[in-house]
Amino acid sequence: MDLALAPETLARWQFGITTVYHFLFVPLTISLAALTAILETAWVRTGKEHYLRATKFWGKLFLINIAMGVVTGIVQEFQFGMNWSDYSRFVGDIFGAPLAFEALIAFFFESTFIGLWIFGWDKLPKKLHCATIWMVSIGTILSAYFIIAANAFMQHPVGYRITERDGKERAELTDFAKVLFQETTLVNFFHVIAASVLVGGAFMTGIAIFHLRKKQHVRTMRMSLRLGLVTAFAGTLLTVISADTLGKVMYEQQPMKMSAAEALWESEKPAPFSIFAYGDVAEGHNKVAIEIPGILSFLAKNDFSSEIPGINDINRESQEKYGPGDYRPNIPTAYWSYRWMIGFGGVSMALCTAGLWLTRRRFWLAPEHRTGADDVPKLMLTKNRELAPKLGIWWWRLSQWTLIFPLIGTAWGWIFTETGRQPWVVYGVLRTEDAVSPGVSQGEVLTSLIVFTLIYAILAVIEVRLLLKYVRQGPPQLTEADLNPPTRIGGPPGGAGADTDADAEADRPMAFSY
Amino acid sequence: MELHDVWFVLIAVLWIGYFFLEGFDFGVGVLTKLLARDRTEKRVLINTIGPVWDGNEVWLLTAGGATFAAFPEWYATLFSGFYLPLLIILLCLIVRGVAFEYRAKRPEERWQTNWEHAIFWTSLLPAFLWGVAFGNIVRGVKIDAQKEYVGNVLDLLNPYSLLGGLVTLALFTFHGTVFTALKTVGDIRIRARRLALALGLVTAVLALGFLVWTQADKGDGKSLAAMIVAVVALAAAVVAIKLGREGWSFALSGVTIVAAVAMLFLTLFPNVMPSSLNEDWSLTVTNASSTPYTLKIMTWCAGVATPIVLLYQSWTYWVFRKRIGTQHIAPDPHAPDPRADGAHATDAAQ
Repeated sequence: MDLALAPETLARWQFGITTVYHFLFVPLTISLAALTAILETAWVRTGKEHYLRATKFWGKLFLINIAMGVVTGIVQEFQFGMNWSDYSRFVGDIFGAPLAFEALIAFFFESTFIGLWIFGWDKLPKKLHCATIWMVSIGTILSAYFIIAANAFMQHPVGYRITERDGKERAELTDFAKVLFQETTLVNFFHVIAASVLVGGAFMTGIAIFHLRKKQHVRTMRMSLRLGLVTAFAGTLLTVISADTLGKVMYEQQPMKMSAAEALWESEKPAPFSIFAYGDVAEGHNKVAIEIPGILSFLAKNDFSSEIPGINDINRESQEKYGPGDYRPNIPTAYWSYRWMIGFGGVSMALCTAGLWLTRRRFWLAPEHRTGADDVPKLMLTKNRELAPKLGIWWWRLSQWTLIFPLIGTAWGWIFTETGRQPWVVYGVLRTEDAVSPGVSQGEVLTSLIVFTLIYAILAVIEVRLLLKYVRQGPPQLTEADLNPPTRIGGPPGGAGADTDADAEADRPMAFSY
Repeated sequence: MELHDVWFVLIAVLWIGYFFLEGFDFGVGVLTKLLARDRTEKRVLINTIGPVWDGNEVWLLTAGGATFAAFPEWYATLFSGFYLPLLIILLCLIVRGVAFEYRAKRPEERWQTNWEHAIFWTSLLPAFLWGVAFGNIVRGVKIDAQKEYVGNVLDLLNPYSLLGGLVTLALFTFHGTVFTALKTVGDIRIRARRLALALGLVTAVLALGFLVWTQADKGDGKSLAAMIVAVVALAAAVVAIKLGREGWSFALSGVTIVAAVAMLFLTLFPNVMPSSLNEDWSLTVTNASSTPYTLKIMTWCAGVATPIVLLYQSWTYWVFRKRIGTQHIAPDPHAPDPRADGAHATDAAQ
């Protein structure tokens, strides 16, 4: 059979496309939910209007984004059964539970409270309204946890045994706590959430700069810029720490993936970090390699001298353990996706960290250089020295243009970790080729692959254009109703509007309607 | 009652919850073409379910996830077997969710009209296809000794299952019409009542046919009892709407859905997906289930989480309990705002 059309290949492409696409909305949803919640909390606590305007502005972008995240997530829940029925039969006893937990605990939470948040502006007192967006935020984070626990089982299966039923092998759960709380789950979750924080921070920074460069909505956007930069910086620190931990865990659990990421063909002691490599996969060596000595040993083992096993050696070991076959993932994909992940993330880390310093308000800044809440901040290098305008303009531009770099980085991260695990779907336990649906025809998989790709492409265009429209529009003007939220649930507004008579009250338009 | 039996019941409950809740919001989606006379009325309809449709849909995701966890073989056979119908349902749900969120986000006539078409079709198709799917599950499909579906997509389009599809479509639309009568004010409410009456009669004829057919083929004493409850409740729902008792009518159309779905699950048990090729190849609560250990964990989780979910979902319905009419629809946000001129100045002056 033509390899390009093997059911496994098509099913993998479909999973890759639908999942990477879904995940484009996930980190932004996680971080924007929390950022919107923080902004609304600031509004509730201080009563300053620019916080409410910011809440409405970022909340709108959040809603446009989460709508796509929610609907593309539906496919995730069902495609294991559709394209991967043998996988579902084999691991369902273990893998299904976190998915069910996710729906029951996290999805209900998110989806119910998001409705309350969207439509609740004139129905809920402001503290309660603010609580609903926090609920949504908690829901998004819980959801991430459960799905990462499920994924961690595929990366590093624990808490199970293989048994036979009706003549077929399957994995049975023996220790659910292990699945939920194993190191792989915790570290992966940490890394995904950290990266999400960076994604949201860079996104907010980029959009705030768009308005600041046009000198519009300055008060709201200056505040957003600072919030974005602080968030991105926190995300940077957390991402780096979690990446380091995760790298070491992966070297314990899946050395092949990590050596593939470095195109380290033969075991080396100490092992170098590869800057650039071009090699021959069939022959199993690099033709061109630019390396920094010792760094890989440090990344994997925390010292500059340890031996790191090479791809060829690990492949031989696997053949001895699991029988003949090729146990190498696609090396160029692993190598480059790893670099794109770090590269895209790293650019934003550098720009945002620099920006956090340059746009500071008071710290180590001569009074004449301090700018007010309604001014675009100056980029100050030292106490009295401004960054040269020529360089400054490039910081503004680059930070704006790279707003989705971390998002691209997270996509590459998933591509790396999922393709790097191949040929296994559950590492060391179940091969991807044994996981596909035997009863589903090529035509069916091809149909769904094409239809999903088309619909997703169309929706992507629609979504991006809608985001751009609302980004350009900027924060909305506040109305009387916005400033006078109801004081009791579903009741009439308190404060200035309270003297309206009952009939007019009953006919008052909804604050928001579809 | 062993744990896998408990989970059979719980899966039934999840589907009942899904059809009860998303049933009316599918129905409301269908009504955007059947009942609404203009765009404002369409918006009234959409906004009756605006705050809740997303939460309603999670019942499906939970049913899917719970099936995966409690009966992996059922999940695997069902979704790989009913591949194309499920694909259509998924595509509909994707477009439908986006349509609700995005429709009002641009002022262009074509943009809004396109999303309105989308809302109609993506509500109608799943409402129909779920009935077809359940018809086939109850009727039995070609499942081999390896628990694989070996039929093709045309096998799924048999008269019994197609009738099942019409029943769910009609029943959900009726349920949605009664819901509309309950949740709106003004002219649209009056027309919803009238339409509900007509739809109720159509539904009654179709449902009676389908349920009697089911009972004759697969039924026993328990399913007969469920059938009688479903039919009586449906008749009572029609009478109630005739008398203008919208709340009662909605509760009764809900009971119809509960009883009808319960009847289907009663005829299934202890099978979860009977094989039409050989009875021994049927998927049952025992040969399709997870281990008792997994089921025990799931039971704890469901036992704690479900009441909480019901609590806050009901609270949402209570918060949005007021009826809405055309006067409540916020004016198009894209209409020029007289205060927009001072936008920059206001910001700077804060």
